[in-house]
Amino acid sequence: MRDIIEIFLKNYHLFFNGLLVTIFLTVVSSFMGTILGIFLSLGKIYGNKYISGIISPFIGLIQGTPLLVQLFVIYYGLPPYGFRLGAITAALISFVINSGAYQAEYLRGSIQSVSSGQLKAALSIGMSKWQGIFHIILPQALRRVIPAWTNEFIYLLKYTSLAYIITAPELMGEAKIIASRNYLYFKTYLIVAFIYLIVVIFFTNIFNSIERKYAIPGFEFKR
Amino acid sequence: MSYKHLLRIENLHKSFGSNEVLKGISFNLDRGETKVIVGPSGTGKSTILNHINMLVPPDEGHIYLEDIDVTTTADIHKVRQEIGFVFQDFGLFNHLTAKGNVMVGLIRVKKMDKKEAEELAMFELKRVGLTEFANSYPAQLSGGQKQRVGIARALAMQPKLILFDEPTSALDPELTGEVLTVMRNLADDGMTMLIVTHEMGFARTVADEMIFMEFGEIVEQGSPDKLFNDPVEKRTKEFLFKLTELYGEVDL
Repeated sequence: MRDIIEIFLKNYHLFFNGLLVTIFLTVVSSFMGTILGIFLSLGKIYGNKYISGIISPFIGLIQGTPLLVQLFVIYYGLPPYGFRLGAITAALISFVINSGAYQAEYLRGSIQSVSSGQLKAALSIGMSKWQGIFHIILPQALRRVIPAWTNEFIYLLKYTSLAYIITAPELMGEAKIIASRNYLYFKTYLIVAFIYLIVVIFFTNIFNSIERKYAIPGFEFKR
Repeated sequence: MSYKHLLRIENLHKSFGSNEVLKGISFNLDRGETKVIVGPSGTGKSTILNHINMLVPPDEGHIYLEDIDVTTTADIHKVRQEIGFVFQDFGLFNHLTAKGNVMVGLIRVKKMDKKEAEELAMFELKRVGLTEFANSYPAQLSGGQKQRVGIARALAMQPKLILFDEPTSALDPELTGEVLTVMRNLADDGMTMLIVTHEMGFARTVADEMIFMEFGEIVEQGSPDKLFNDPVEKRTKEFLFKLTELYGEVDL
């Protein structure tokens, strides 16, 4: 135990920097992934056959291939074509695309669970299809998708650890540097595991309070 | 151009696959008139209502709201504002309160400011007797209350007529009365209404005219008195009395 505390105190600035990068990667990719996900799911459900004909295979491609492969394609695969990206930028792009695809599928399920009668009722009072989608369908679907998106955020938080492989200095990457200096692998990675756990619990609580804040009768989340 | 009838329906045809649901339906609706369509299930009654505001377009035929041909108009959203629709399953927006349901069309469609919309919403909710439920969500309301919110929502858009698609069919018998009372008051206020219902007691006392449909065709139309007491067609009489027996006369 004393070792662990010592390792932490000696390297806390590195752990802290790594944690900041991890949270930055997670929050930014998750947020941009949400925006991408909303566009992808709306395009897939309500777009014409060309738009949904492009989106469906795109989502399938992202969901059907490992995140690590996507990361490598963007970081190592693009430079020969003139796109030289920093590690963090490459990681961000991969995570936004990956998270966007997953969030799109969760939202699609949620949109389709809102009854078709809701859009019909919106049309009946003179709304256009897109007014109905934005003012009636989406507010309901977004409430229902919060639990799934919370899971997706937590997954993403943990998956950002993959970015260390392309040398992004996030928490896992910093830990690897620390451990390679002190050779105390087990204890160093134990600290990292603990930090991830704390952060996961922290964000889970934030999302739970968002759920409660936007819960309205008929849309409660049963646990 | 002068137009005698508020709504003219000419020769509607509709098929779903090989099933011919409407086989040439024509009738008119005048201002202030309450017309009730009755007939067996699957006979195309609801389909007619869905055609009138083009939620489902007909295969053939025309529908005129005053001088506008609804089936070919470039601005169907504008026309739909003038035609209220009350759904069998209420169709309330589940994420909005009763008041929110009535206001949303005023704000988003009619571009009213919030305060004005709220005043009008409260006026219409009062009209259907739901002032104290203004801030309740649909999940907190009974079926009868939900349907009255549905009516208030339609009324708030100040439509030229309201279509009712079996407004009490999803309700427990003890809740139908409160909805029918609201509809009766509307009829007394001179609202133009086209109603599909199985409530014979209501039809008999409120309708100016009834249409009896079977197999996608109008069998007979006329005053309730004529259809109940002196129908031309034998099947009209059989159907009306079978329904009256099934549903009973609702005491209003």
